[in-house]
Amino acid sequence: ERNQADVSEAKSGRTDLIFLIRFRHCCLLRNQRCLLAYLYDRLLRIRALRWEYGSVLPSAIQFHMSAEEVEWFNRYKKSLATYMRSVGGEEGLDLTQDIKPPKSLYIEVRCLRDHGEFEIDDGTTILLKKNSQHFLPRWKCEQLIRQGVLEHVLS
Amino acid sequence: MSDSYFPVGPGLGMEENFLSLDDILMSQEKLPGRAESALPRLAVLLGQGAGSAESVPEGSKLEIPLWLAKGLHDSKRRIISVELPKIYREAWRTVFSADANVVDLHKMGPYYYGFGSQLLNFENPENPEIAQTDSVCFLQTFIARFRRIMDSSQNAYNEDTSALVARLDELERALFQVGQKGLNDFQCWEKGQASQITASSLVQNYGKRKLTEVDG
Repeated sequence: ERNQADVSEAKSGRTDLIFLIRFRHCCLLRNQRCLLAYLYDRLLRIRALRWEYGSVLPSAIQFHMSAEEVEWFNRYKKSLATYMRSVGGEEGLDLTQDIKPPKSLYIEVRCLRDHGEFEIDDGTTILLKKNSQHFLPRWKCEQLIRQGVLEHVLS
Repeated sequence: MSDSYFPVGPGLGMEENFLSLDDILMSQEKLPGRAESALPRLAVLLGQGAGSAESVPEGSKLEIPLWLAKGLHDSKRRIISVELPKIYREAWRTVFSADANVVDLHKMGPYYYGFGSQLLNFENPENPEIAQTDSVCFLQTFIARFRRIMDSSQNAYNEDTSALVARLDELERALFQVGQKGLNDFQCWEKGQASQITASSLVQNYGKRKLTEVDG
């Protein structure tokens, strides 16, 4: 508001106030730049979350995100899913799997915390208790390993 | 987190990246300057006067941050004139040409290279010579220091690197970290850990932070 008062004063004749308006304008631009950079950085981190963590975010993280950020995340998820479906064959290609080149189909995992029951493709359920070790197919547990529930054990 | 998070990097040469956090921090550094004309009502904002109607007299010295200097610097130079900070002047150039490895660039302003590139934006009357000697000077200090940075980053595995890193400015620190990361990745591959799927560092940090939130 102070800037606008000065602008009207300047237009009415006092030309030496122009720099003051310019100064305030610089400050406003600077604030705008800092805010934009902060918000953009948050978006970049949220995008990284999708690749690291999976498509469902824990509620504590979602609590810290604003409504617009949640909506942006959902839209990004949808675009990524559409893209993955269109690439490679009929069923599509899950790009978030196999981030490191796989060496074998089945891997040995140890459970780090209780996660309840876990069902695999042939129908058997496995109870995931702390410190229990299992020999499971890779594609099923990759998500859980990244989330920190399981730990990949090298033999 | 470190794998998929790609922050906006700093700009190259004379341009800054608008959204880069590094550039924003760098442009916060202060420059000495002089007020060319009387600046009414600015005294309060710059912390020099008591009343709101006072004006900063003509010719007084000011320390202003780079972003403000860039905004107020007009081609007709009516408002602010900018001087080079002392580290970019003759005296220091001789120090650099003698031995660039000795200088503590972090203490001299942690953004030596970036800030220096930005200074070329101001049309100073002596600018063409300064630009020439400046760019030559930058290159040479950089080349002289680079060898040591590269050596130390590739050979310090699992050690405390704070003593090495303390004298580097931000650009050099970024290079050092890239070197370290390469070294760590290679060691990881040698040990056979390259195929091991790990929890993302984000998840690990989140786990630690969650505990403190519950307590506090």
